[in-house]
Amino acid sequence: MILNSLVPAGSTYAADIDQLFDVITLLVGIPFLIACYLFFSFILRFRAKGGRKSMYITGTEHQYIKWIHWAHIPILTFDVIIVVMAVNVWYDVKQNLPEASATVRVIAQQWAWTFVHPGPDNVIDTADDITTVNELHVATNTLYHYKLEARDVLHNFSVPVFRLKQDAIPGRVITGWFEPTITGEYDIQCAEICGIGHALMPARIFIESSEQHAAWVETNSPIAVASIAAN
Amino acid sequence: MAESIRIEHAAHHDDHHGPHHGHDEMTFSEKFIFPLDHKMIAMQYMFTGMFMAVIGGFFAYVFRMQIAFPGMDVPFFGQVTPAAYNSLVTNHGTIMIFWVAMPVLIAAFGNYLIPLMIGADDMVFPRINRLSYQIFLLSAIIILAAFFVEGGAFGGAWTAYPPLSTKSEYSLTPLGSTFWITAVALEFVAFLLGGINFITTAMNSRAPGMKMWDIPMVVWMIVIASILFMLSVGPLLAGGIMMLFDQNLGTAFFDPDRGGDPILWQHLFWFFGHPEVYVVLLPAVGIVAEIITVFSRKKLFGYKTVLYTAIGTGVLSFTVWAHHQFIAGIDPRMANVFTVTTLLISVPIAEMMFVYIATLYGGSITLSTPMLWALSFIFEFLIGGITGIFLGASGNDIYMHDTYFVLAHFHYTFYPIAIIGTYAGFTFWFPKMFGKMMNDTLGKIHFWLTIIPFNTIFLPLFVLGAAGHHRRIFDYRNFPELDYPWMWDLQHLATYSLIVMLLAQIIFFYNVITSWLSGPPAGKNPWSSNTLEWTTTSPPPHGNWPEGLPTCYRGPYEYSHPDRKSSDYWPQNEPA
Repeated sequence: MILNSLVPAGSTYAADIDQLFDVITLLVGIPFLIACYLFFSFILRFRAKGGRKSMYITGTEHQYIKWIHWAHIPILTFDVIIVVMAVNVWYDVKQNLPEASATVRVIAQQWAWTFVHPGPDNVIDTADDITTVNELHVATNTLYHYKLEARDVLHNFSVPVFRLKQDAIPGRVITGWFEPTITGEYDIQCAEICGIGHALMPARIFIESSEQHAAWVETNSPIAVASIAAN
Repeated sequence: MAESIRIEHAAHHDDHHGPHHGHDEMTFSEKFIFPLDHKMIAMQYMFTGMFMAVIGGFFAYVFRMQIAFPGMDVPFFGQVTPAAYNSLVTNHGTIMIFWVAMPVLIAAFGNYLIPLMIGADDMVFPRINRLSYQIFLLSAIIILAAFFVEGGAFGGAWTAYPPLSTKSEYSLTPLGSTFWITAVALEFVAFLLGGINFITTAMNSRAPGMKMWDIPMVVWMIVIASILFMLSVGPLLAGGIMMLFDQNLGTAFFDPDRGGDPILWQHLFWFFGHPEVYVVLLPAVGIVAEIITVFSRKKLFGYKTVLYTAIGTGVLSFTVWAHHQFIAGIDPRMANVFTVTTLLISVPIAEMMFVYIATLYGGSITLSTPMLWALSFIFEFLIGGITGIFLGASGNDIYMHDTYFVLAHFHYTFYPIAIIGTYAGFTFWFPKMFGKMMNDTLGKIHFWLTIIPFNTIFLPLFVLGAAGHHRRIFDYRNFPELDYPWMWDLQHLATYSLIVMLLAQIIFFYNVITSWLSGPPAGKNPWSSNTLEWTTTSPPPHGNWPEGLPTCYRGPYEYSHPDRKSSDYWPQNEPA
C-alpha cells in the first residue's frame, strides 16, 4: 500500500515485501503512538506547580511496574508476527530457488553493467547469446535466474520495481531469481559504493511481453545481426 | 629543616607519579597542554570533539548542497567532483562516529563525570589518560591530513568494504586509504586506554559508602559502554591491521583473487560496528537519566531495571551484527537467526524508553534547556528505534538496504545520541564545568532551531528511501525514476533545513562564550541535584574536594523522598 504508491510493484514477490512493510508500519506505529501519547501527556500534566511535591515511586511497586511488564506482551507478540512474516518473505526471495525458464548473467564492474541474455535457443553460454551493456531485457511472467558476478569491487544489483537487491562479490557467482509481472522500462541501480563512478552506473531494465521479447531476441541475436550484416 | 625538605620532596614526588592535590604552581603547559587532571583532559576531548563536529557538519553541508543542487558551485567549497563527494560522505560518517560521538560521549563525559560522581580525586591512571588523549589527537590529525595528500582522502564509505578500500587501482586514493585505516586504528587504541581507566576508576575509587546500586546511572552506562567497546574492538583492530597489510605489504586477507575473502572484513567490522552503536548510546541514555530525574524531581523509575536493560541490550548487541549484511552474499539461512536476535533488541530498548517515560509520571517537570534536550532525546530516539524494526526484518531489508531509509533511521539514532545527548549533558553540567550559568533563553532558541530542522532533514529522507533513493549517489539525475520534481522538493527541504540547523549552532557557541565570560555565577548546586559532583565548588579545583573526599550515604535519585521534610532533594553525601 505504502511502497507501491511510491514505486510500482513489478515482480511476483514485490507485493509480499510491500505487504510486510505495511504490517510493520502498523505494528510499530501503534506502540509508537501510545508511547508518544503517554510521553506528551505526562509532560503536560506533571508540569511543576508551586507547593506540589513529586510522587516518590521507586519503580519496584507492583502497581506501577506491572504496566511496564504488561507492555512486553504486545511487543513480543508484534515481534513474533514481524519475524514470521519477514522470514517467510526472505525464504521465498533469497533461500528458495524455483525452477527457471531462462537464465541471465549479470556482470558488474567499475562502472557499467554487462548483461548476457540467452539467444533464440534460450540457453545461456552458447554462441547465440545476446550481450548488452546497461540494458537488461526480460519478458513478463517468465521466471528468471540471475547469475551475478563482479569483476573488481563489490557492487549491488538493485532493481527497485522488483524489490530486489543483491551484492555482487568478485570471485563469486551468486544465483537468485525474479519473475516480472508488469511491462515497462525501469531503473537498475548499483546500491553498493564502488568507487568514484558509483553514481554513473545506472542501467535500465526493459520488461516486455513474451511476444515483444521474442522479437527483441530475434533481431538482436548475433546470428540475426550477422545475417543482416552479410546482406 | 631536614623534615620539611623531606615533606617537600615527598610532595614533589607525588606530583610526578599521581594526580596533583591542590597544587597551584603548575605551569601553563602542565595545566592545559599536558594535563593529568581528569577535568582538563575531559575538556580537551570535549573541544576536540566539537571542533571535529564542526568539520563533519561542514562536510554534510557540502554534499547535501551537491545532492540537492547537482553541479552547482557550493559556496565556501566550489565544484564537488565525484571523488570529493565520496570522500566527504565517507569522512563525514567516520568523523561523526569516531571523532565526535566517541570522544564527547565516552571520553569527555566519562573523564569529567566518573571521578566527580563517585567522589574520587582523579582517575586511577592519570598518565594513561593523558596518553589516551594524545593518541586520539594524533589520530584526528591523521584523518584530516588525508585531505591534503596526493589522491585525496579515502572515499569508500565509512564501512570501508574491500576490495575497494584495499586496492588503490579501484579506490584511486593510495595514501588516503592508508591514512584512513591508520587513523581509525589509532583512535581505537586511544579509547582502549581510556576504557581501562573508566572501568578501573569506577570499580575501585568510589567514595566510602557508595555501593553498586548507589552509583549514578551515567557512570554505570559509561562503564558498561567501555566494557562493550573493549570486548568488541579487538576483532576490528585486528581487521584494521590486516587491511593495512593488504594495502601496503601485499598480503591478501581480503583479496578474492588470491584466496582472501572480502566478506571477512564485513564480519569483523560489524562485529564491532553494532556494539559500537550501544557504546555511544549508553552514555547518552545515562546523561538523560540524570537530567530527567533532576528536572522532574523524581526518583528514577526502576534503577535496576534500567541497568539490566542496558546490560541486556549490550549482550544482545553482540549477536546482531550480520543484519548489516543480509544481502551481502552471506549464507541466506543466517539472515533468519539475525532477524530474530535483532528484533529481540526491541524488548530491552522499549523497556528502557518506557521506564524513562514512567519516570516523568507524577513528577514536577521544569522545562529547562537541559530538560528539553533530554526529553527530545527520548522522542527522537523512539523514532530511530521503531524504524530499525523495518530494517531488522530481513524480508523488508531486501528492498530497504542501502537506501535513504537506512540513512534516516541511523541518523534518528546517532543524532539523538551524539548531538542531542551531548547538548543535554553539556548544558546540564556547564555550571559545574565553568562555574557560570548559561543563558536559558538563548539555550531554548538554539534547542528549537536545532530540533525542528533535524526532523525536517531526515523525515523527508525516509520517504525518499522508501521511493528507492539509494545512498552515496552524487547526482540523482542519472536515474530517471529518482528524478521526479516532488523528490527534488524533498531533497531541497532537507538541504535548507540542514543549513538552518548548522547556522543555529552559532547561537550555541555564542552562548557558551558569553556565558563563560560573563554569565551569572552558578554556585555549587544550581539544579538542586543529589549527586556528588554538585557538592564541590564550580568549577571543581584540582583534586576535586581539597577539604577531603565525600562519603556517600544513599542512592543518587532520592528526590521528593517522603522522609525528607526540609527540601525535595537529598544529596548523596548528607548523613541521615
